[in-house]
Amino acid sequence: MVGLSHYLILASLLFGIGLYGVLSKRSAVAVLMSIELMLNAVNINFIAINRFLQPAQTTGQLFAIFVIVVAAAEVAVGLALILSIYRLRKSVDLNDFNLMKW
Amino acid sequence: MTNIFHSAWMIPLLPFLAFALIGLWLHRWPKISAGLSLAAIGSAFILSLLVALKIFSGHPGEFYKMSVHWLNMPGLQVDMGVLIDPLSALMLMVVTIVALLVQIYSLGYMKGDPGLASYYAYQSAFAGSMLGLVVSNNFGQIFVFWELVGLCSYLLIGFWFGKNSAREAAKKAFITNRIGDFGFLLGILFLAIVFGTLDYGELAARVPGYHNLAVLIPISLLLFCGPVGKSAQFPLHVWLPDAMEGPTPVSALIHAATMVAAGVYLIARAFFIFNSTPQVMTLIAMVGGFTAIFAASIALVQNDIKRILAYSTLSQLGYMVMAMGIGAMTAGMFHLMTHAFFKSLLFLGAGSVIHALHDEQDIWNMGQLAKKMPFTTWTFVVGALALAGIPPLSGFWSKDEILLGAYTGGHMGLYLLGSLVAFMTAFYMFRLIFVVFFGSRTPENHAHESSPVMTGPLLILASLSVVSGFAGSSLTDNWFAYWITNSAVVHHEPNMSIMVISSLIALSGILLAWIVYQKELISHQSLRQRFAGIYQLLLHKYYIDEIYAWLIKFLVDGVAHFLEWVDLRIINGAVNGLAKCTGRLGQGLRYSEDGQVQTYALYMFGGLIVVLVTALCAVFTALA
Repeated sequence: MVGLSHYLILASLLFGIGLYGVLSKRSAVAVLMSIELMLNAVNINFIAINRFLQPAQTTGQLFAIFVIVVAAAEVAVGLALILSIYRLRKSVDLNDFNLMKW
Repeated sequence: MTNIFHSAWMIPLLPFLAFALIGLWLHRWPKISAGLSLAAIGSAFILSLLVALKIFSGHPGEFYKMSVHWLNMPGLQVDMGVLIDPLSALMLMVVTIVALLVQIYSLGYMKGDPGLASYYAYQSAFAGSMLGLVVSNNFGQIFVFWELVGLCSYLLIGFWFGKNSAREAAKKAFITNRIGDFGFLLGILFLAIVFGTLDYGELAARVPGYHNLAVLIPISLLLFCGPVGKSAQFPLHVWLPDAMEGPTPVSALIHAATMVAAGVYLIARAFFIFNSTPQVMTLIAMVGGFTAIFAASIALVQNDIKRILAYSTLSQLGYMVMAMGIGAMTAGMFHLMTHAFFKSLLFLGAGSVIHALHDEQDIWNMGQLAKKMPFTTWTFVVGALALAGIPPLSGFWSKDEILLGAYTGGHMGLYLLGSLVAFMTAFYMFRLIFVVFFGSRTPENHAHESSPVMTGPLLILASLSVVSGFAGSSLTDNWFAYWITNSAVVHHEPNMSIMVISSLIALSGILLAWIVYQKELISHQSLRQRFAGIYQLLLHKYYIDEIYAWLIKFLVDGVAHFLEWVDLRIINGAVNGLAKCTGRLGQGLRYSEDGQVQTYALYMFGGLIVVLVTALCAVFTALA
């Protein structure tokens, strides 16, 4: 029987993989993809909790759709930023982007 | 006729009005300014005369009082008002007479001075302040006017501010007075705290029933600081001789007759407070007695005509304070009155001499002026005789009363001291007279008698110096003591032997001066050489100024240097050190930043974990 905890474990794994990608990937595009993973982990949480704890309501589902919309906008902005910095630096390697260094 | 007392509040106001008008509009016309000032003080004189006539036709102990609230807050209420009783009526008369005569005299003395208008403005302001002080009915008001006369004194000492010495003297007078006034103010606040009122009448009712000496003694001591500063008692006497830098009429009015007597007047006013603390009374008597002999001894060897008179004033003020201290309040006030007349006469006479000799003040550059300035000479001699205490001139009666008080009060030491001072007084005054007006030397000078506008006041003051003493003599059944009385005042029957002894003492002083300086039977140069040590000590005024200068250099400058060090090293050091620490820390922490977004995200995540763990721990411990 698949219960709430399975979904939560799946979401945690997805979130952990995403976090690892955000912190360790050198490529800016890969980091963006990792962020998508983390957002989707949150979406799974929303849906699962909505389904198991308050089946009569749809708040969780609505929030998931919200997150998908915001994530789409975020990817658009993020890709635009990456394109812009690529044109400046001819690189998408985050190691090259150390403008804030002392 | 309406009650003249209802107009008494105008007495101080009229000179103030003149001051304001001159200061604001009339200063471009010196003659009009002088006229207005004279008119104001003249009207004040007439009003005072009417007030005095009215009060002295009543009974002793009667008084008129009027007051309005001036400052009102919880715990402190200060009124402004008028208190007319025999004591203040007497002072009103003395102040207005001397002020009027001095202002008339100044017409001649200050003629052609470019600052004539401001001179008269200051004179008016002084007259107003002094009269306000005299009619005060509470300590708050007297303090305000006390400071105002100090301010006017400062302005008039420094009137010729082009001279460096005048500026320095003005500052010295002001600062020295501040020391005394600070104690005075503390005493007043103390009174307000303990008794809840500053009104003389209410205090007079409450103080006698108050027996906590631990409170009364500090109050008396602090209040006495005011007279010590204003009446130039030791150790705050140093400003008065230097104050002679001002114009001579100013010295006559402020630094001989009126303002310096304010301290004595205050002791008389607050006599009920001082009298309730015998210990402080003893101290007052000793301070006064010491000042009297201390200043008289300095006066013996001074060479500046005004400085001799200044030290004489110090000495006589000491006499008055001593009289207060031995409980002879009436005698002290009596001496204040007679001294005001003859000392202002002496100063104005000295001014006449200085004026005639074009600002020459060294007595050794004068001589044989009697032929050239007979009028000045003889009025001066009258003043000196009165000061020396030769009967029947005024000084004899008042000085005698003080000596009598000391003798019958059992203060044998003070009596002997007073007699010695009387001898010294006679000697130094006639040393001055023989050297300046007579003598055998004939220095080159083109002295001429002063104009009537200057000799007129001399004549009036000379007649007052002769007759004013009778007010307190046995010839009029001591009219003075009948009015200026107080239940606590010591009063004694005249004693013929004391009168004779004091006259003989004064005569012997004059005789000695005659032998040394007129006949020159004993050479004063050889005396000077034989007692060179004492002579130098006296000539340098016991080195008090030098001691103060050293103390200031050593203590004040030393403390200042130390505090500067504390400020620079410790306080600045702490502040700068903190800033430097923060800066260094920041410098070090810079190296932890590598500019990588991912590093920052890692830190953020780490922080989030810490916060979450802490929050969870808190929740679980709360549940458990």
